[in-house]
This record gives sequence, structure tokens and C-alpha cells, in this order.
Amino acid sequence: MSLAAQTHGFLSPTGVEIAFLLVGLVTFGAALVSVTTRQLVHAALWLVVALGGLAVEYLLLTAEFIAWVQVLIYVGSVVVLLLFGLMLTKAPIGRSPDADSGNRWAALTVAVAAAAALVWVVVDAFRATWIDLDGAAAGSTKVTGASLFQNWVLPFEALSVLLLAALVGAIVLSRKAKATAAASSAVADAPGGRAAKEEVR
Amino acid sequence: MHLAYPAVLSALLFCTGLYGVLARRNAILVLMSVELMLNAVNLDLVAFDVWLSKAAVETLHSGQALTLFTIAIAAAEIGIGLAIVLAVYRNRGTSDIDRLRDSAEGPDDDPGPGDAAPAAQDTEKAEATT
Repeated sequence: MSLAAQTHGFLSPTGVEIAFLLVGLVTFGAALVSVTTRQLVHAALWLVVALGGLAVEYLLLTAEFIAWVQVLIYVGSVVVLLLFGLMLTKAPIGRSPDADSGNRWAALTVAVAAAAALVWVVVDAFRATWIDLDGAAAGSTKVTGASLFQNWVLPFEALSVLLLAALVGAIVLSRKAKATAAASSAVADAPGGRAAKEEVR
Repeated sequence: MHLAYPAVLSALLFCTGLYGVLARRNAILVLMSVELMLNAVNLDLVAFDVWLSKAAVETLHSGQALTLFTIAIAAAEIGIGLAIVLAVYRNRGTSDIDRLRDSAEGPDDDPGPGDAAPAAQDTEKAEATT
């Protein structure tokens, strides 16, 4: 790596680096807007931009399979789940003045301190380290599949058991509320009662 | 590519998610911030895996395998988390985590301003549903 470091320079970034920097700025800005905006649905939509930008970063790092998995699972399903959650909890459309809690300044202090420490440590540690992006892609589907099914089969199967457990757990959490809703009709008066039934259905 | 670019971006995204987790009031927005933090870790894993797959002699591609596992676990986490948030919303009529103070210790006698009336409504609702 030291030999590779001699041939690179900070002042002559490659095209991949410039693209990575620009997409990274967009991603970071979208993430910032997503955690600071007062409109709850806009936060979810800015999260789409951040996650999509991360998928582009994976592509720039030649990890194709991870990029498409990111698009499929995060942009495709997780954000849709979050939007459904926002709708089912009757999140206010438009500005909600109490989106941030009272300890936002303490949170800002902690986050800025953590960011400063992390960036300093990371830059200091990997100052002379370069990723070699030439040659075959490091994360093509063939390579990823081969390593996943040669070396990581047991965690893979354990993960499927975990997903099954999560599925059963989510169903149990939803059905229990439906049983109480059927037992007492008073839950229909609660603000979430109708949404609960629709969600269970 | 310099390794500092993805590492710094990952650190910044992680701290953005950290701010969101600490500062947001709605439980679903907290879940979104948790997703941001998980994605920051994913970016770090992928970047270091791409670096090590070229620098090391033999590699297990552990970074990308762990990224896939993290994505799957994050999907499970968001499903369970949303189920819990919806259950709480059905029972309590709110998803603001500031108001869920039933298990809080400390000075119970002086709740904050504005907390008394919603808390009374919430306990009433909880009793009505049980």
C-alpha cells in the first residue's frame, strides 16, 4: 500500500473520488434534512434520498450486489414501512412544532463532539491508505455469492431463523391488540382504534 | 480512492443518526435515525471490505457478508419496531416517546408542565382498553 500511496496525491483526485465526494455531500445533506425537518413525511422522503445516495456510493466502491440489495430492501421496503407507520399513527401533515424534544441542544453537543472525535481519529488512522478500485469488481454478485455460500452458510441459515422469529413476533404483537379490540368496544373510541383494525386487516 | 472519503462520510452519517435518535420526539423518526446509523456502519463495512479484498492475500469477504446480514437484521428490526410503536399508539394514543414515562424513576411528584393532563388521559385510556 505504501507504493500505491506514493503514486496518489491529495491534490489530484480521480474522477471516482470526485463523484464519491459529490454524492456523499448530497447524501449527508439529505440525512441532515431528514433528522432536522419539522414535517414528518418529508423526513421519510429525504431518507429515501440519503439511502439512494448510499446505494450510489456502494456502486462507486464496486460493490454492486450490496447496492442493489440496498435499493431493494431500504428504498423499496423499509421506507414504505416507515411511511405506513407514519400514516397509521396519524402523523400530522405539514409542520409539527414539537417534532424535536427539549434536549436537542444536548443532542447536538453530543453529536458534534462524536463527529469531531470520529473524523479526527479516522482521518489520522487512514491517512496513507488507498483503495485500489482497478481490476475486477470486489463485490460483484458472483464473488459475493461464492463467499456467502462457502464461508457464511451457517450465519445465513441462522439469519433466516431470525427473520422467521421477527415475522412471528410482529404478527403476535399485532394480533394481541386485535384480541383486546374484540373484547372491549371501547378501543374504537381511542384515536388509534380504527387504524389498528385496518393495520391488522 | 482514498479510504478517508468513505470513512469520513460514514462517521458523519453515524453522528447525524445519533443526533436524530437523541433529539427526535416521534418514535418513528427515532427509528429512521436508527436506520441512518445502521447504514453508516454498512458503508464502513463495504469500504473496508473493498480495501482488504485487494490488499490482503486471502479474504473471506466478511465485510460484504456482514453488510448483508446487517441489512436483513435492520429489516427485521424495523418491522418489530413499527409493530411495537403501533401497539403503543393504540393503547396510549400517542407515539411521542417523551410522554411514555410510566417506568421512569425519580421525582414523580412534579411532572413537567403540560405532562399532567395527557398523562391522566393516557392512564384513563389504558384502563379503558384493558
